[in-house]
Amino acid sequence: MSDLYTELKKNIIEQLNLEDMEISDIDNDEPLFGDGLGLDSIDALELIVLLEKDYGIKLSDPEQGKEIFASVNTMAQFIQKNRTK
Amino acid sequence: MQGVAVTGMGIISSLGTTTEENLDALQKSKDGISIPEILHTSLKLPVAEIKWSNETLAQKLSLQTGHSCTRAALLGIHAVKEILEKSGFEKFPEDTGLISGTSVGGIDATESFFNEYSADSANRRFIRAQHPGFTTEKIADYFGLKKEVTTISTACSSAANAIMRGARLIESGQLQRVIVGGTDCLTRFTLNGFNSLKILSEEKNRAFDENRNGLNLGEASAFLLLEADQVCDKNKILGRISGYGNANDAFHQTASSENGEGAFLAIGKALKKAKLKSDEIDYINAHGTGTINNDLSESHALIRNFGNQVPFFSSTKGFTGHTLGAAGAVEAVFSLLSIKNQVIFQNLNFNQPILDTGLIPVIESQTAKIQTVLSNSFGFGGNCTSLIFSSNE
Amino acid sequence: MRKGKILENAKVLFSSKERETSAEFLKSVYKDLKLNYPKFFKMDLLSKLGFIASELLFRNDSIPASTALIFANSNSSLQTDENYFESMSSFPSPGLFVYTLPNIMLGEISIRHQLISENCFLIMETFDAELFENQILANIAAEDGAKAVCGWVDLHSDEYDVFLSLISAEGELPFNAENLQNLYCSK
Repeated sequence: MSDLYTELKKNIIEQLNLEDMEISDIDNDEPLFGDGLGLDSIDALELIVLLEKDYGIKLSDPEQGKEIFASVNTMAQFIQKNRTK
Repeated sequence: MQGVAVTGMGIISSLGTTTEENLDALQKSKDGISIPEILHTSLKLPVAEIKWSNETLAQKLSLQTGHSCTRAALLGIHAVKEILEKSGFEKFPEDTGLISGTSVGGIDATESFFNEYSADSANRRFIRAQHPGFTTEKIADYFGLKKEVTTISTACSSAANAIMRGARLIESGQLQRVIVGGTDCLTRFTLNGFNSLKILSEEKNRAFDENRNGLNLGEASAFLLLEADQVCDKNKILGRISGYGNANDAFHQTASSENGEGAFLAIGKALKKAKLKSDEIDYINAHGTGTINNDLSESHALIRNFGNQVPFFSSTKGFTGHTLGAAGAVEAVFSLLSIKNQVIFQNLNFNQPILDTGLIPVIESQTAKIQTVLSNSFGFGGNCTSLIFSSNE
Repeated sequence: MRKGKILENAKVLFSSKERETSAEFLKSVYKDLKLNYPKFFKMDLLSKLGFIASELLFRNDSIPASTALIFANSNSSLQTDENYFESMSSFPSPGLFVYTLPNIMLGEISIRHQLISENCFLIMETFDAELFENQILANIAAEDGAKAVCGWVDLHSDEYDVFLSLISAEGELPFNAENLQNLYCSK
C-alpha cells in the first residue's frame, strides 16, 4: 500500500515537472488543487494522462477528475480500484 | 473619414474559395463543418476542412511538381491571388509589404515526413526548415514581394495583430501599401494538441450557448490590402480600419480570466483609437470559439464595455470553425462584407443564452444598417486584439 | 544571454558550468536569484529563457503594468514543437502543447509581473531592429511614463541567443533602430 503512495507521488512530481519538490513534501491528504499544491487546469489534464500512462486507466469524463484528484489519498484509492497495469 | 483604407480582400475557407462564395454561405446559413477527409487522422471530430487537396491547390496556382509549399502557404497564396486579380494591378507594386499571421506554419509538411521517415533520423532535418516564417516567405516569393515581409505568431490573434501592425505602418508613413492577414491549415499536431487540452467539441460548436462544450478546428487563409490614401484608387475602398487595440490578460497560458480583463482592455483601446463611444458600434464579430471558458469571459468583457446595451453580436466560428492564426483575418473579411452588404450574420447552433449573462447573439442572418464593426480575436498566452472597421462614408 | 553567459549592461552576471545543459544552467540561476516561483519548472526552455531574462531586466526598474512586450525570434517554438511531436507518438502531453506557441512566453512574463499591456511576437530571420522600431515607438508615445521591452529570444537545439532591452523616456541612449541594432551586436 505504501509503495503505491510513494510511487504515485514520484509519478506526480515527474509528470507535472514539480522539480522543486520531494516525495516527502507531499502529504497524502493535502489538497492538490487550490491552496495545497496549487495545481491548475493544465496539471489536471496531465494527471489524466498519468492515469492512463502509468496505471492504464482511461477517464471517459474529465469532470470525474475533480473528485479523483482531490488529494494523493483519493487518487491512490481510485487507482487501486481501477488500475489495469 | 478616419482610418486606414482597405482596398482589397481575399479568402479561402471551408465556406468557399472566394469572397463571394463565403458571403453566399454566410447569408444562407450554410456551415463548413465536416469530418476530416483530406487530413488523415484517427481523430474523427468535426472540423472545418477545405475540400481541396494540396495537389488541387497547387494545380490552381500553376505550381510545378516538386514545389516546397506547405498547405498553409498554398492557402495563403490562393487568398492573396484573389486580391491581385481584383486589384487591377498586373503585379503588386514593389513597395507592397506582407505581414502574415500563423500558428502552425509548415508543420503539416513536417508531420508527413516524420511519419514516413520516423526511423530515419537523417530526415529530421526537414523539421528545421518548417517554421512559420517559411510559410510567409513562400507567399512573398510567389508574388515577388520583398519589402517588409514579416510573420506574426501570437496564436489565435496572429492575423488580427498582423492587420494592426500593417495599419500602424501605413499611418506612420513607413509603408504605402501592405497585404495583411493570416493562414493556418489543419494538422494532426494541432488536432491532437487541442484534443489533449479537452476543448474540442464532438458536435458543431455552439458559441455563447449555455450548453456549449468546445470548439471545432478549421483551416483558412484571408488577407486584406491596406493602402495609404495618397496612393489608392478611391473607388476601390471597401472600408477603413479605424481602431485597434491589444492587451494581455495576464491570467493563464491558455484560459481567459473570468472577468475578461484582457478582452475588456483591448476593446477599450480600439474604441479609443477610433474615437468612438461604445454606442457607436453597430455589430460585433465576436471571437466566440464555443469553449466554456472563452465565451463566458468574452461575454463579461462585452458587458463591461457596453453595459446593458451590447450591440448585435455573433460568432461566425459556427460557419468556419476556429481557424487559429487566420481567424482574425477571416473575420476581418466578414466584418467588411457586413459593412459592404449591410448585413449581419447568424450565430449558428445557438439555443439558450449563458445563464450568467443572458446575452443573446444574432440568431438569423439579416439586413441591418451597419457603419462600424468591432472584431475580436483572443489568443493563447493572453493575447487579446480588437479591430474596428468602418464604412468609407 | 549567449553561450553560457548572462550579461547585464555588458557585465557578466552568471556563467554556466562545463557540460551543464541550458536547462540546468537556468535552474541554477533561478536558485541563485531565489525566485520562488514553482511555475517556472513547468515552462519550456524558450519560456524559461524569456522569464529569467526579464527577471533580470526588471529587477532594478519600476515596471508599470502598461509596459509593452515586443519580442521576436527566427523559428517560433520549434524545439518545443519537436518535443511535443515526440510525445504525440505515445501520450500527447497537454503541458507540452501549451508551449508550442512562442507568445506563451510573453503570457508567462505578463502573469508574473501583472502586465496588461500590448504584446506581439514576430518571426524574423535575424535580429532586425527596424522591424521592432515602429511598434515600440507607438507604445512609448501612447502614454506618459510608458515603457516597452524589445526582446529577442532565439533557441536552436539547446543553443540560445537572448537579448532584452528596456526602452523608456528615462533611458540614456536615444532609442532608434541603429542604436538598438548595435546594442544587440555588441559582445
